[in-house]
Amino acid sequence: MIQPHGGRLVERILKGEQKKKILDRAAALPSVKLDAESVSDVENIATGVFSPLEGFMGKEDFRHVLKQMRLASDLPWTIPIVLDVGKEEADQLKVGGLVLLRNEKDEPAAVLHLEEKYAYDKEEMAEKVFQTTDAAHPGVAKVKNMKDVLLAGKIDLIQESPTPFTRYKLSPRETRVLFKEKGWRTVVGFQTRNTPHIGHEYVQKTALTFVDGVFINPVIGRKKKGDFKDEVILASYEELIKNYYLKERAVMAILQMEMRYAGPREAIFHAVIRKNFGCTHIIIGRDHAGVGTYYHPYAAQDIFEEFPDLGIIPLFFRSFYYCKKCLSVVNEKICPHPPSEQIQFSGTKIRDMLVKGEYPPSELVRPEVARIIMEFKNPFND
Amino acid sequence: MGKEFTTVSIPTSLYKKIEEVIKGTEISSVSSYVTKILRESLSKDQGKQEVFSKEDEEKVKERLKALGYID
Repeated sequence: MIQPHGGRLVERILKGEQKKKILDRAAALPSVKLDAESVSDVENIATGVFSPLEGFMGKEDFRHVLKQMRLASDLPWTIPIVLDVGKEEADQLKVGGLVLLRNEKDEPAAVLHLEEKYAYDKEEMAEKVFQTTDAAHPGVAKVKNMKDVLLAGKIDLIQESPTPFTRYKLSPRETRVLFKEKGWRTVVGFQTRNTPHIGHEYVQKTALTFVDGVFINPVIGRKKKGDFKDEVILASYEELIKNYYLKERAVMAILQMEMRYAGPREAIFHAVIRKNFGCTHIIIGRDHAGVGTYYHPYAAQDIFEEFPDLGIIPLFFRSFYYCKKCLSVVNEKICPHPPSEQIQFSGTKIRDMLVKGEYPPSELVRPEVARIIMEFKNPFND
Repeated sequence: MGKEFTTVSIPTSLYKKIEEVIKGTEISSVSSYVTKILRESLSKDQGKQEVFSKEDEEKVKERLKALGYID
């Protein structure tokens, strides 16, 4: 089994007596209310998804991540995992003490062992992570709205917040046992935030030809307007797997986390996460984790050159399309026919057809998948 | 943040050899080349194998069975 990032799978979940002790003290502790995205970050730290992180980043790691795309320990890490609070709120919190972290329903979610409070430059953070300071970029917009002080320190999870998708939620410990039980020595991870079209299936099955299993891992959480709703993504993949995959070769579980749309940096982050889940390979397609035209279509592939020590093998896929002459999904390296024979997998085109209540052609989307999507009254985020 | 870079010594002859090797490539300096090679080499020896206790593994298997992931 592949090593977790940094060599050890983190687990910071309070149980039994420890949990009771903290809950007994909870009412007397200073507290901070988290938004849904920070709750996901806390849970991902606690369950080892973000191994080797044990808490929110301190200034040294934060600076290293921005400037060198590595933790202070030199381990590859490209996205800052931080907790922001207002200055007045920060002033009330004592370094060295415990802070109760509450979820959106005001329930105790975790405790933070506050080690550090520090100011940061939002403009710099946006520029380094997203390569732009344009507020129209959803990641930049979020950074600009962040509060002024970052809190750092290890966390201990008190309880996971309920999600309608618990049935699909597996921790890295669980996926590692699952892969072992299935006898998979090599596993390719597939990151997605979309319902599947035939092109996605082609990519997954091409990769699967060379490894033992495919781990389909949709990102569930905050996405931009117009993206498919989480329940639609899951239902459509369920249908695809049921009809077109071997049960012993494909599994799906969710990754509860917001999309940052940080393009190349996020591709590395996604690879690290899949490594922690036990994947030996990860599929990186065109414009992975991109948005608009902020990143070169293959920047998310080129960046892997800078990380010879990542420990997970990226499988790069370039453009692919359906060729009317070849009668199959092909790519520019294997199809000799002119563009007039190509049908592109345009997400916008497929979306427009679905909005109008039209079934996309079966060369683009499996009819079973299209039917499932169309059963939803509004399959897109408002 | 502490000092970001430090100096190590390598034989001059090796330095010159690397300069030749990276000429015309995307690698901008001998330092970048050495850093890349060292990171590659060190990553082959990352940590110890994760070991689950038999009891933990059985608990996980029960959940995976209940969710239909394994039979």
